[in-house]
Amino acid sequence: MSRDALLDIVVRNGAVLVLLLIVLAFGVLTPGFLVPESLGNVVKQASFIGIAAVGMVFVLLTAGIDLSVGSVMYLAPLVAGLLMREAGVDVGVALLACVATGAALGAVNALLIVGLRVIPFIVTLATLFVFRGFGTWLSQSQAVDFPDAVRGFGLGAVLGVPLPILVFALVALLAHVVLRHTAFGRQVTAFGNDPLAARKAGLPVRRIEAAVYVISGASAALAGFVLIAQIGRLDAGFGEGREFDVIAAAVLGGASLFGGVGGAGSAVLGALIIQTVKAGLVFSGVNLYLQPLLQGGVILLAVFLDGLRQSRLRLLRRRVIRPRA
Amino acid sequence: MTPLLRFESLGKDWFGVPALRDLTLDVPEGAVLGVIGENGAGKSTLMNMIGGVTPPSQGRMLWRGEPYAPLSAADAKARGIAFIHQELNLFTNLSVAENLFLDAFPRRRGLLRPLIDRRAMREAARAVLGRLNLDLSPEREVGTLSPGERQLVEIARALHRDAALLILDEPTTSLTPRETERLFAALDGLRAEGRTVIYISHILGDVRRLASRVAVLRDGRLVGEGAVEEFDVPRMIRTMIGRDLAQVYPTRSAPPRAAPVLEVAHLSAPGTVEDVSLTVREGEILGLFGLMGSGRSELARLLMGLDPASRGEVRLGGRPLLGGPRARVRQGLAFVTENRREEGLMMDASIRDNLTLPALERFRRGLALDREALADTAQALREAVRLKAQDLGRQPVRALSGGNQQKVVIGKWLPTAPRLLILDEPTRGVDVGARSEIYAICDRLAADGAGLLVISSELDELMGLCDRILVMSRGEVVAAFDREEFEERRIVAAAFRQAEDAAPGAAA
Repeated sequence: MSRDALLDIVVRNGAVLVLLLIVLAFGVLTPGFLVPESLGNVVKQASFIGIAAVGMVFVLLTAGIDLSVGSVMYLAPLVAGLLMREAGVDVGVALLACVATGAALGAVNALLIVGLRVIPFIVTLATLFVFRGFGTWLSQSQAVDFPDAVRGFGLGAVLGVPLPILVFALVALLAHVVLRHTAFGRQVTAFGNDPLAARKAGLPVRRIEAAVYVISGASAALAGFVLIAQIGRLDAGFGEGREFDVIAAAVLGGASLFGGVGGAGSAVLGALIIQTVKAGLVFSGVNLYLQPLLQGGVILLAVFLDGLRQSRLRLLRRRVIRPRA
Repeated sequence: MTPLLRFESLGKDWFGVPALRDLTLDVPEGAVLGVIGENGAGKSTLMNMIGGVTPPSQGRMLWRGEPYAPLSAADAKARGIAFIHQELNLFTNLSVAENLFLDAFPRRRGLLRPLIDRRAMREAARAVLGRLNLDLSPEREVGTLSPGERQLVEIARALHRDAALLILDEPTTSLTPRETERLFAALDGLRAEGRTVIYISHILGDVRRLASRVAVLRDGRLVGEGAVEEFDVPRMIRTMIGRDLAQVYPTRSAPPRAAPVLEVAHLSAPGTVEDVSLTVREGEILGLFGLMGSGRSELARLLMGLDPASRGEVRLGGRPLLGGPRARVRQGLAFVTENRREEGLMMDASIRDNLTLPALERFRRGLALDREALADTAQALREAVRLKAQDLGRQPVRALSGGNQQKVVIGKWLPTAPRLLILDEPTRGVDVGARSEIYAICDRLAADGAGLLVISSELDELMGLCDRILVMSRGEVVAAFDREEFEERRIVAAAFRQAEDAAPGAAA
């Protein structure tokens, strides 16, 4: 294999390699990290950020952004929790109510972005505060305890696979099929590449742009519910600042903030990278106060590597008009 | 017989300024109507009306005899009207097949109905591409195609929609001669099928070759219309500009001097440019001719420091030219890019901001900019390049016609007093009137002692303007012609010779 071909493989699979490198590095640093149990735990914990990141990929594909996911993670499970406590609905109904609330909150974002033509960054920055504020008012800033049935659901497993991982896998698979193999998914991808051309091509651009925020809201709500179902208790500060983990995960995995690039796999890879770093730092006993700094460093490094990858890809795509000497 | 499309007393005002006045015209079914006119003559306005982008202020349109008042691009599409714009509307991150079927993917059956039937899509795409004799894999990502290939994919998209009326706006500007021939063959095929085409182009020879009827617009009015046989190229020009354009190309006001400005020796870059040596003298206009993909633009990028060279030396005024674009501009290089919309202009910034950008450092007074000096300079530049604009400080460049945009791109380099100006396709998409003004600017720059390197795929232009022409093929300079040796047949042959020899498998 030629050097160029090898380099090509490296740059095209940057995120996978980063993940492998990080796993190996922690494996070498801390014996006991590279065992199925702790790795399984990493995947389980990654599912929280991962599920929301899958929704975020849809938004990023359209060159938009959703800063409100952290607040949706709080408000939507809160509505479900209150329904269970006050109305006594069962877990399945609560789950549906949670996702529906998330979708509705996403629809609010969509309405403001598509209907009023305000840029996504500003809209979702505002709803970040609005959604959390509404939740804080609803709960009177009190923690909400969920019935035991919820924990039974959250800590359950199918064929030995813990429920969070199962949900994460299903969501990622569904998103992959939608993005790659349905008309809607291809149109979302096209829209992010060139919104003007999408309009000229007669695509339902308003519907496309609105839908991605609904999807992002629903995913964030589901992510919140899956984590709360494991803890059994929803604190007032739940989900705060998580939007950055979610966006970082999607970008680390290969989605572009400029639209048109990325897939469900980006969310999976990115969430695993972030969670591996977090778990690895805890595992290797790094000073607790240093951990955020190191996490930030890893994100910077990965984004830098992604930049290298992009420029390398551009170089490879340049037209060659004569054979290389 | 009812015409396919009829315009009745159409008019459009923009804030009181008429863009189109009392236009009545029939587009008969099965005709190929060539629409010509200078930039700003009203062609775009007319097309935007057909496309549902701008509604007319007066008059109406009739489609197959029925009133037609489109509100959106979707309305036009629903009638079977397909547009192929100057700027392509393809999605570079999708495959060729996906681009063709983006608004109507073939679906799988039964339970899998929500999913795209990729196999059916591939087959259908192959069939459409086959009609254009386009040998492309439907799976190829459009971002990896050449501009010419993309253009043909865009036409394939219109074909596959079975458009009744196909509107092409300057479709050949980015095509090689061979791709152009392929496009024309495809259009001939469509005409034989009885489809109606509106063909807009500044290349009058192409209009003669393709159209069955010609409509000429000037200042928003229809000033001539008839069968193509009645319109030879001189008459087209006369009708378009309302006078005889005695000479498109300037008489050179001064001969080239002896001193070299630019000396390039053995310049190479892997995969694109191989061992190029050339000299541009003071006051000389050197033409660089070659087919698309011959390495002309790649050479320009090397000279500008946009791409790294692997070997060779470039000297400007005797001193080695090194560093990135910024350093080279400071040494006296200027580059009018082939792609003014993406690389040459800030489309939404004002004309003044664009004009004064390269020399901005000179207007610094302390930490601030000298606004008055900026305005004065912009005003002077406007006169120097005969820019037709209303308000330099407020009007965005986007609002200018193509020819005037190009004048801004050239004008913005004048205050840097470049010693060498590289112009890549300086008149692409520019009408005849503005063209001759651009040529005049070139002549004036040369007379002032600057060297000009003009890259163009239009040989006419190079033969009319240049002192010497170099021919490139596959990254190498393969021939050089002095002005007295200019002969179209020989220059084209030189451009093709190596391209023909180097069939797949032949040694480089």
